[in-house]
Amino acid sequence: MTTAPTPPASRARAAGSAAPAIRAAGLRKSYGDQTVLDGIDLVVPAGTIFALLGPNGAGKTTTVQILSTLIRADDGDLRVAGHDLSREPDAVRGAIGVTGQFSAVDNLLTGEENLLLMADLRHLGRRVRRQRAAELLARFDLEDAATKPAATYSGGMRRRLDLAMTLVGNPEIIFLDEPTTGLDPRSRRSMWQIIRDLVAGGVTIFLTTQYLEEADQLADRIALLDHGKLVAEGTPAELKRLVPGGHIQLHFPTAIEYAAAARLLGDVVRDDDALTLQVPSDGGVHSLRALLDQLDNASVEVGELSVHTPDLDDVFLALTGREPATDQVKEPIR
Amino acid sequence: MSTVSHTFSDSATMLRRNLLHMVRYPSMTLLLFGMPIIFLLLFVYVFGGTLGAGLGGASGGRAEYLRYVIPGILMMTLAAVSQGTAVSIAMDMTEGIIARFRTMAISRASVMTGHVLGSILQALIGLTLVIGIAVLLGFRPNAGLTDWLALIGVLALISLALTWLTVAMGMASKTVESASNVPMPLTLLPFLGSGFVPTDSMPAGLRWFAEYQPFTPFIETIRGLLVGTPIGSSGWQTVAWSLGIALLGYVWARRLYDRDPSR
Ligand SMILES: Nc1ncnc2c1ncn2[C@@H]1O[C@H](COP(=O)(O)OP(=O)(O)OP(=O)(O)O)[C@@H](O)[C@H]1O
Ligand SMILES: [Mg+2]
Repeated sequence: MTTAPTPPASRARAAGSAAPAIRAAGLRKSYGDQTVLDGIDLVVPAGTIFALLGPNGAGKTTTVQILSTLIRADDGDLRVAGHDLSREPDAVRGAIGVTGQFSAVDNLLTGEENLLLMADLRHLGRRVRRQRAAELLARFDLEDAATKPAATYSGGMRRRLDLAMTLVGNPEIIFLDEPTTGLDPRSRRSMWQIIRDLVAGGVTIFLTTQYLEEADQLADRIALLDHGKLVAEGTPAELKRLVPGGHIQLHFPTAIEYAAAARLLGDVVRDDDALTLQVPSDGGVHSLRALLDQLDNASVEVGELSVHTPDLDDVFLALTGREPATDQVKEPIR
Repeated sequence: MSTVSHTFSDSATMLRRNLLHMVRYPSMTLLLFGMPIIFLLLFVYVFGGTLGAGLGGASGGRAEYLRYVIPGILMMTLAAVSQGTAVSIAMDMTEGIIARFRTMAISRASVMTGHVLGSILQALIGLTLVIGIAVLLGFRPNAGLTDWLALIGVLALISLALTWLTVAMGMASKTVESASNVPMPLTLLPFLGSGFVPTDSMPAGLRWFAEYQPFTPFIETIRGLLVGTPIGSSGWQTVAWSLGIALLGYVWARRLYDRDPSR
């Protein structure tokens, strides 16, 4: 199936009302007696970014490998680009592009030859293939290295070449397994921009990441995978709402001020020893100003103030019972 | 979409990939050609005088033996090249790009077909080199144009059979090291046939094996085309063995490739 490169704009329009790009129901996979995926359900609408977030060994790569036809699921109703994965794997393959967790470039070939190889396997025409390769080399800042063997590339260059190879055939759905792992902050940002541009062109992206910030930055919807189960799914904002972690922390210089503030504010979390109060808040400027006005009016002196907004770390901790980053333990006293 | 034309164009693309690998890293190819050339020199100059006398021909000696041993050395070249095929496919299977190929809508067998076609070309170059050296050493084939064409066809057919077999062996190997060891017996088979000495000089059990193993008809057919000895039933036996081995190798390799890579 020659993927005659569809202009992205028309594809975006066509995708608007169409079936979801990816739909999985009851996806299961085990290795021996180890259950790796234990009934995953997910839907990715066309033209959106979906992030699968999970710690090492959660089953992210396994999910990508199954949805990209590399390995077979044990069970589940799986459709990608409108095609059933087990019945029409080649139709799925014609619609997707995959950049796996581990480099999938031909190390003995040069960067340009790698791209031309992809163009040939995508059955692009004689003239188009060179043009497409040149275009991608320029876009991924690989022009200087175009005629060097991929074996000599740095990790970041290899990652870019890998993604460029995925894009050769203009796939409508792209799987990215940890696309920024091992990249420096600048490269990570440029990878994010590339991903955003792709989606703006109408492509659907399914990405996995261990970085909470990355999912937050990029994804329309995020699913949290832990031990082969989705423990939460929603927009970044929805996920953050799942944890009541947002508060303003106030520290008082004396016990008198502390007691006065505690009486004044009422419904707060107290720490009598440390003389700190945690006031539930959305962290916005308005609520902050209102709180300070209230304390000012009662002439209560505040020593230190800090704002804690809930982030995905809190979500992770709350839902999986493990903390990806250490945070102070909240101790409700009442 | 036309599946047949894609099978051809994908195989051609993979062939180009394999040829690029060979051009870029010629050391492996040279290593493969080195062994049969060393054996040629060794057998002609070290053993040739004595072995040639044992052949009982008119002229006898080294020249006679050179004429006798060429087909065995050619088979050894084919065996060496197919051993290299097993190693290169096993190495290739460890490369991440194979996973990429599996997620692309390309003809399933094309990765392997590329290796097979590349190896056949490599083998034909090696064979030409060996015959060229033999001519320098004084070998004078008396083959006409049709004999030469038939010879090229027969050698390519045998090469096709051996490389499909070793592609499957390479795919079945867990490691690159074992991939280089498994096809080792192929290099020995010319010795256990009519490659280096006539089979009727062997003890009974070995002679029985030598007469029924495929390399003997291969060698007799090549010898007949090169120097005009009678070919007899070796001709059709060569075709039958080659097609059989090629088919077995192809089916086995396909099954290994289609096997779920996670198992
Ligand atoms: N081929 C395999 N054979 C046996 N077990 C496997 C295989 N592949 C993966 N596993 C197991 O499945 C589990 C999930 O692995 P997977 O690679 O999907 O995790 P992941 O979320 O991608 O992790 P990471 O963040 O480290 O990449 C792990 O416990 C792993 O050991
Ligand atoms: Mg992984």
